[in-house]
Amino acid sequence: MVNWEYSESVESQEIVNIKDKYQNFINGKFQQQNSKKYINTISPSTEEVLSKIVISNEKDVDNAVQSAQLGFEKWSNTSPHERSKHLFKLARLIQERSREFAVLESMDGGKPIKESRDFDLPQVAANFFYFAGWADKIDLSWGAKSLKPHGVVGQIIPWNFPLLMLAWKVAPALATGNTVVLKPAETTSLTALLFAELCEQAGLPDGVVNIITGDGTTGSLIVNHKDINKIAFTGSTQVGKLIQKSLAGRDVGLTLELGGKAANIVYEDAAIDQAVEGVVNGIFFNQGHVCCAGSRLLLQESIHDEFVAKLEKRMQTLRVGNPLDKNTDIGAINSKEQLNKIEGLVNEGVSDGGKIFQTECELPGNGFWFKPTLFTDVQPSYSIAREEIFGPVLTTLTFRTPQEAVEIANNTEYGLSAGVWTEKGSKILWTADRLQAGVVWANTFNKFDPSSPFGGYKESGFGREGGRQGLLSYLKAES
Amino acid sequence: MNNKTAALSIKWEDILELVFDSRIDSVGLNERVDSLATRSIKKDSKLDALNMIVSMCDLTTLEGEDTEGKISQMVAKAITPDPSNLDIKNVAAVCVYPSLVSIAKEKVGNSGVKVAAVSSYFPSGQVPMESKLLDTKYAIDSGADEIDIVINRKAFLEGDYRKVYDEIVALKEACGDVHLKTILEVGDLKTYENIRKASLISLAAGSDFIKTSTGKLSVGSSRQACYVMAKAVLDFKNLTGISAGIKVAGGIRDSKDAIRYLVLINEEMGDEWLTPDLFRFGASSLLDDVLKQIKKLKTGAYQASYYFPRG
Repeated sequence: MVNWEYSESVESQEIVNIKDKYQNFINGKFQQQNSKKYINTISPSTEEVLSKIVISNEKDVDNAVQSAQLGFEKWSNTSPHERSKHLFKLARLIQERSREFAVLESMDGGKPIKESRDFDLPQVAANFFYFAGWADKIDLSWGAKSLKPHGVVGQIIPWNFPLLMLAWKVAPALATGNTVVLKPAETTSLTALLFAELCEQAGLPDGVVNIITGDGTTGSLIVNHKDINKIAFTGSTQVGKLIQKSLAGRDVGLTLELGGKAANIVYEDAAIDQAVEGVVNGIFFNQGHVCCAGSRLLLQESIHDEFVAKLEKRMQTLRVGNPLDKNTDIGAINSKEQLNKIEGLVNEGVSDGGKIFQTECELPGNGFWFKPTLFTDVQPSYSIAREEIFGPVLTTLTFRTPQEAVEIANNTEYGLSAGVWTEKGSKILWTADRLQAGVVWANTFNKFDPSSPFGGYKESGFGREGGRQGLLSYLKAES
Repeated sequence: MNNKTAALSIKWEDILELVFDSRIDSVGLNERVDSLATRSIKKDSKLDALNMIVSMCDLTTLEGEDTEGKISQMVAKAITPDPSNLDIKNVAAVCVYPSLVSIAKEKVGNSGVKVAAVSSYFPSGQVPMESKLLDTKYAIDSGADEIDIVINRKAFLEGDYRKVYDEIVALKEACGDVHLKTILEVGDLKTYENIRKASLISLAAGSDFIKTSTGKLSVGSSRQACYVMAKAVLDFKNLTGISAGIKVAGGIRDSKDAIRYLVLINEEMGDEWLTPDLFRFGASSLLDDVLKQIKKLKTGAYQASYYFPRG
């Protein structure tokens, strides 16, 4: 029998209840904001308008910060044990409503339901559980009373893992006694606003979590607010640098988690079939909208042709389409703007002389889509080998020796993650030791755990999220 | 090129190189196989899959208690799996011991159902080569269309790969044009590397099919083992141009599991492998569950087992 097509298996949207427009969540409730400026938030897979969110202005930011200040007086005096209970409650509620969150995340952000359901939401809950456990053990871990929360933390998160980045930021901040003003990305605010409902449901004290929507202007207002004690930002290196400039000379804590251009090094003695899988997962996971994506494939010359042939064949089986179809592997590109950026860089790659391979797949009519793409014959000088594309585009470079592999891998302004593929344990250790990257995965890629710190070298940022180190980002030595 | 000439044209050294180059990362492999199991097969694609499974079934009975009566029952079921739904065509084959081949052959008549015989002292294979050949020749002389042999696990685990290979070559020679399926018994081989090595050796020796298990161990087929074998078959095809088949057997009891095998084959090997000529299920209890699921898709209700005739 030929042409066995999988029938559509679409997750129902009925479970989510999206409002026509949203208000900011300040001081424990949704409040009418001062700003009258609304923008549409759309589904990138259909371009259908899902709702309207407000672009918060100076007054709105001020209200949120004030609320967080009041919240801080209560929260920092709440016993660690009570804080822990609140976080556990949030974790359990996330699990209870995870399907609702997963569907909403896929509708608003374009990622396949397979990932929002099996990766994002379990990780979100795991982060709350993990930091809930820390909340009443912090004193024990670093010697009593030497560390204090910063106070009001401004958190600005990206659109690639909207709810997961919220969890990475909110859970450790709350566990350590801080209160937060969080701004989700303007294209993906809906799950954060649903999380706000959860905070109400969990009975979290007013003002501990404040969520305001807006674009870069709102983000800038948060960064520059006089009563902010710390900023935690995940996003582009360009914006990260602006934030660091704004904060220069001020007593405001800062952690930045920025871009990446990770090398995924495949040695000739790797388990090739599993390396192919890992490379596919490394770059096509979440449409390549991953700061730690393995976007530079470094192949040992001796296996280049065999590996590329297997990789192209495997890429051809990737199913691109409706994010809510349970059989979709690659969903929609998050926004028109991002699609333009990807297209621009890919065109540059072709005109530079790179050899392009794209899978044969039908793309839906509406929405923003990009075919899984592989470049070979690429030189380290090409922009596709240097700039973060943040899309489903993999660039292949070759090397001859382990020394050369490490040199090429480190020949970038970024240093967030890297991958090493070989069956030889000593070679893994030798390579990992020399890679300037915050995370090095060996014979796997894109694995996360709340207990494992994550963060960058060089222009990929500073500060760590996750684990014991992640707590330190939200604590400061008592003066 | 058929597999007989392939066996002659591939050098042992070439295969040995591929065999010693076997590197499999079990964590990565398990992850990939698990992710394939999350495919959601519904509606039309499910019905297509169920019908495909029926057409790929080797209905099997391999017991000391097998009699002419038992074989007759099974063959009747093989020819007409569900008398209440004649749209469902016959299964691929019935699989029996050599002494029952002539009876089975007589019963299948011209229905299109093939008769497969397990030979070479299935399931252990612990006899001299002469006995294995005799066993196999007896089954062929009795009219078997297909022969299922077991590899020499003793030789394999002792590292005597050449002996494993030579035995299969000799048995293939005895088979002539009769279809040869070589059972690796993955439950004995244990590691993924071993399964890959045994697959490559069996393919190089001229097997038309490689098969996971005898069904006589507590560990039968697994989707992981099937995945390893699929990759070996593909690599062998790259080397020789020959497309060999895979038979999974032992422990596949329900439709859901069987459909997951089809997804694995579809995505890893491509839909040209989705034919009884290249993929088979060895099963006894799987068929009834598939028939029940087909009924459910048509009528919306599950029927009790007694609506389906015994095999």
